[in-house]
Amino acid sequence: MSLSPNSEFRSLLRFQTPAAAVPGTAQPGPVTNSEVPRIVLQTSKVSKYVDVIFRNLVLICSVSILAVMVLFFYELASRSKLSIARFGFHFFVGSTWDPVAGDFGALPFIYGTLLSSLVALVLAVPLAVGVSIFVTELCPRFLRGIISFTVELLAAIPSVIYGLWGIFVLVPLLRKYVEPWLGTYLGWTGLFTGPMYGIGMLAAGIILAIMIVPIIASITREVLVAVPQSQREAVLALGATRWEMVRMAVLRNARAGIMGGIILGLGRAIGETMAVTMLIGNRPEVAKSLFAPGYTMASVIANEFSEATDDLYLSALVEIGLALLIVTVIVNACARLLVWSITRGHSARSNA
Amino acid sequence: MGVGIEVKDLNAWFGKAQILKEINIKVDPNAVTAVIGPSGCGKSTFIRCLNRMHETNPDARLTGSVQVGDIDVYKPGTDAVDVRRRIGMVFQKPNPFPTMSIYDNVAAGLRLNGYNKRHDLDASVEHSLKMAALWDEVKDVLKKKSGSSLSGGQQQRLCIARALAVQPELLLMDEPASALDPISTGKIEELIFQLKTQYTVVIVTHNMQQAARVADFTGFFLMGKLIEFDKTEKIFTTPSDKRTEDYITGRFG
Repeated sequence: MSLSPNSEFRSLLRFQTPAAAVPGTAQPGPVTNSEVPRIVLQTSKVSKYVDVIFRNLVLICSVSILAVMVLFFYELASRSKLSIARFGFHFFVGSTWDPVAGDFGALPFIYGTLLSSLVALVLAVPLAVGVSIFVTELCPRFLRGIISFTVELLAAIPSVIYGLWGIFVLVPLLRKYVEPWLGTYLGWTGLFTGPMYGIGMLAAGIILAIMIVPIIASITREVLVAVPQSQREAVLALGATRWEMVRMAVLRNARAGIMGGIILGLGRAIGETMAVTMLIGNRPEVAKSLFAPGYTMASVIANEFSEATDDLYLSALVEIGLALLIVTVIVNACARLLVWSITRGHSARSNA
Repeated sequence: MGVGIEVKDLNAWFGKAQILKEINIKVDPNAVTAVIGPSGCGKSTFIRCLNRMHETNPDARLTGSVQVGDIDVYKPGTDAVDVRRRIGMVFQKPNPFPTMSIYDNVAAGLRLNGYNKRHDLDASVEHSLKMAALWDEVKDVLKKKSGSSLSGGQQQRLCIARALAVQPELLLMDEPASALDPISTGKIEELIFQLKTQYTVVIVTHNMQQAARVADFTGFFLMGKLIEFDKTEKIFTTPSDKRTEDYITGRFG
């Protein structure tokens, strides 16, 4: 350090190790092994075998997951052969569902599944992320546990209870207050028009939203807690307000994890059957208005499987199952692609 | 230009544990002041009290007054956000924003304060990185590489550039070189030495040679008390308190 004028008195400093500096401290002698019998360490034969067994065991575990997936596809595809042969690709774009005439098209169900899930995400994501931010960043400590516990309790409620609650509480509320209001003020969007039954796409979307909030919120909370404190301090020290800190230090670093939570929530929304069946109206049509009744892939399978008497009807229902599986895979793949494109080259963990 | 600091009767607590006891200190403008002492003596807490970072911990409490330049830091009505905006801070572990590019890291503070003009930002980023002696190493990858892709020493200089970009009146450094290798440490020390022409610098360190090399004044903390505060030369050659002498000669700590 030639720059420092203080360097000349570095030599004046009496830096010594504590042991040497304190007079009368005995220096411990070098450690000898003479009293300890020397053991030659070897890998035992048994543990070599155990290693091989362990490796194969976990291999079987992971392969079996793949096998189950392949089996799912194979079974669904082979059992829907009749319908695939009859309708071909038209099955996925046709919107007639007429078991009497033997004419089947899956579009209303695919549309209903995607739209109800989308409505659920639009409602649930801000709510869940908001709750998580409040719990991790702003909430007084005694409230933190209570709120998290309550949110997670939502996940423990059986979906049929959600369905009942929807029918007796949510639907009348929607019919009497919410839908007229939406129709008056947001009717121009085309999303809120037509007769107001209460039951319909909107009711299903709202109930799905309530059901996926706990998943998204609990994962988001974990991710927010995992953002290193040093990131928050870095932003605060630059003169950031609380909101600026949450935005720059917390949400920015946690976005990949939050996206992961959203994907899991979406997965649940797409596959949810019971509550949706009770609230969506079960009419196979493609309508733009959220007031209109709809149908989802999971609901139609649940509702009509026991009534499907002829082979083509059954085959068409199985093909809907196949479509549900494919849609799930595609949605998950897209979401993963999204996560990857956001986080490419960046990771909050590399600095954790 | 740097500003002076005057601390009066400062006491600080975490929960029931009193971390700082009756600290009184007056720091000159445009000088480097080192704060030394054994682990847990309250030196980090002390500098975190200067820019109100102490209170970001929910258990933290504090009494006394701190005057930094014309800011009465703890006067009711003084906004903590405003205080932190005018006092820069560099932490022990480099903490660049990993999701931002090098450029955005340095510009973060300016953007927070509402500067958005491309031209001003460009100039300020370049100036800050030059002051932090990082410009030559990163000028070609400013917007391509993220803050976390740099080496530890470069990250710390990036954090210094980030703190300097908002042109603080006082720069606080909490063991800025303790996680770095000797070469990076040397660069940071050289930097601190140059910074004092424009800033007042308060640096916490548990490396006494470092204090001796960079600081004009040194304060010795022990168990939450300021034992001695004087010119660095005096502290390291003829300290007036026995405990200071014991510490700098390595009898404890």
